[in-house]
Amino acid sequence: MGLVEAILLTVFTAATPLLIAALGELVTERSGVLNLGVEGMMIMGAISGFAFAIYTGNPYMGALAAIIIGVLFSLLFAFLTISLVTNQVATGLALTILGLGLSGLWGEAFIGVPGIKLQPIIVPLLSDIPFFGKLFFQQDIIFYFSILLLIGVSWFLFKSRAGLVLRAVGDSHTSAHALGLSVIKTRYLAVMFGGACSGLAGAHLSLVYTTQWIENMTAGRGWIALALVVFASWRPNRVLIGAYLFGAVGIAQLHIQALGFKIPTQFLSALPYLATIVVLVIISQNRRLTMVNTPASLGKGFVADK
Amino acid sequence: MKKLLASIAGLGLGLLASTGVSFAADTKACFVYVGPIGDFGWSYQHDQGRLAVEKELGVETAFQESVPEGADAERAIERFARSGCNIIFTTSFGYMEPTNKVAKKFPDVKFEHATGFKRESENVSTYSGKFYQGRYVQGKIAAMESKSGVAGYIASFPIPEVVRGINSFILGAQSVNPDFKLKVVWVNSWFDPGKEADAANTLVAQGADILTQHTDSTAAMQVAQEKGVKAFGQASDMINFGKDVQLTAIIDDWSPYYIERVKAIKDGTWKQHDVWLGMDKGDVVMAPYTNMKPETAKAAAEIEAKIKSNEFEPFTGPITKQDGTEWLKDGQKADIGTLLGMNFYVKGVDDQLPQ
Repeated sequence: MGLVEAILLTVFTAATPLLIAALGELVTERSGVLNLGVEGMMIMGAISGFAFAIYTGNPYMGALAAIIIGVLFSLLFAFLTISLVTNQVATGLALTILGLGLSGLWGEAFIGVPGIKLQPIIVPLLSDIPFFGKLFFQQDIIFYFSILLLIGVSWFLFKSRAGLVLRAVGDSHTSAHALGLSVIKTRYLAVMFGGACSGLAGAHLSLVYTTQWIENMTAGRGWIALALVVFASWRPNRVLIGAYLFGAVGIAQLHIQALGFKIPTQFLSALPYLATIVVLVIISQNRRLTMVNTPASLGKGFVADK
Repeated sequence: MKKLLASIAGLGLGLLASTGVSFAADTKACFVYVGPIGDFGWSYQHDQGRLAVEKELGVETAFQESVPEGADAERAIERFARSGCNIIFTTSFGYMEPTNKVAKKFPDVKFEHATGFKRESENVSTYSGKFYQGRYVQGKIAAMESKSGVAGYIASFPIPEVVRGINSFILGAQSVNPDFKLKVVWVNSWFDPGKEADAANTLVAQGADILTQHTDSTAAMQVAQEKGVKAFGQASDMINFGKDVQLTAIIDDWSPYYIERVKAIKDGTWKQHDVWLGMDKGDVVMAPYTNMKPETAKAAAEIEAKIKSNEFEPFTGPITKQDGTEWLKDGQKADIGTLLGMNFYVKGVDDQLPQ
């Protein structure tokens, strides 16, 4: 295996959980709900994926459990912010803190226990293509899923009627309500979709990335996913670019160090974030385009006037 | 309504005061950790020490985990000092300034700061482990077991503790193979399993066939197991994660020290000191030598015994600094001050030390 292949493979692994979690949050935010609990839902996904893989002996069941737990956890958020109209920012932060605490409690029994890895699925024939075969067709199921998810979300948001409804709800919930669209139902479903994605992204960490349970193992990736949504100005294909750019810069800086280049490592560690800022500046040059994509009702609670 | 509120407030104050009194009567030992106790590494081992104190002495203990180094640490330490702790162990290098700052405000509370060197008031002690002794043994093993002659080192922050470990490792390796190469990657974090795994993958891709780390999670060990390269465990025995690849691990055993110090508080004999606990006191322990040639295991056990009996010290001359200047003459031993503040590499480290 060449060095380039080795580098790209690690970039894919680093980018996949970011891509999935960010796509989920993108759909949630497009419906007008700002869920800052991504980190909390991810860590719940990580522990439930790990735990159920061990309970059942099957890592696929772990991934499934992570999705279900992610949805259940996001329902808590949905109930509080959509039905009780609590402050979305505060509730999202609380969800993150709760997730970190709960997962630590649940994970107590799994500290120091080796996990079960989600093995790569080797696609026949295609995986024999030199270079690309190894990169794209010898991956785990979550990687394949992340690509399908990207295509699915893009199609749903911009090509389907349901996606149009979702965007309408996110842009002006009062108008959408006046048109007879169900704001509450749409937002519940969008938050649950975000929960499912965050849960799966967490499972990727504990079943593929590092097959183990350690408290706090998400280490801020939920927050990066949140930032990626803004970075992408709520466009799915830009989430893909953002996630892979972030992963690539992060991995490249490690390689630059190991190759012995004389660049301060603190600077290299800050590179992914610097890159994010630079791209944000470039994107925001076009103010009109940014405004068009930002859900206008983002973060605002909705109460139907009877 | 006002009256009701006032009486509730009064009740609250009363409760607070009474609990304050009951705490003061007993000894209470408190611990501040930089990572989660579930890291199965650095913080986990400190917490094992805390549990040993509880079991051995039956005193009340409290801990706070994942406390960031800096301003947050000061708040956490001060809260413990106010809540009736008699002795507070702050277990990370970055707690050095906050610990000394809070200690000045609370002269009756004793403070124990791990791996630091500042004792600005009478009630601050410092303690550390000579983990570099274990790293010398590891370096020797690495040079004897490596086929590529290159080891990878996943480092956290360029503080003396970490730099010392890197230097000791390369000295151990050079005692076997003078041309041994060491690649260092700084992840600028104590605890980020994903990033540690990325760093491990990077080092393996660039030809290292032995991995060692100065970060706190088991991620690198797992990468080693997957890729089939050998690795050393960090802070605790990680054999569960690398049963076919773990060569040995440096285990931090803080229990004897914590029990001794809390007992001193109970007996009223606590005094300020600065100790550096090594293999001789049983605070630095090597995990069983596994997955290596019998002659390597034999050589490792021999050098370990020599260090334990203080017959051998890793930082003994002749040693040249990375820039080519002489540091120690033949047979000369490093003084403790230089070791504690170590901010330079010795010859042979293939990296530039971040300043």
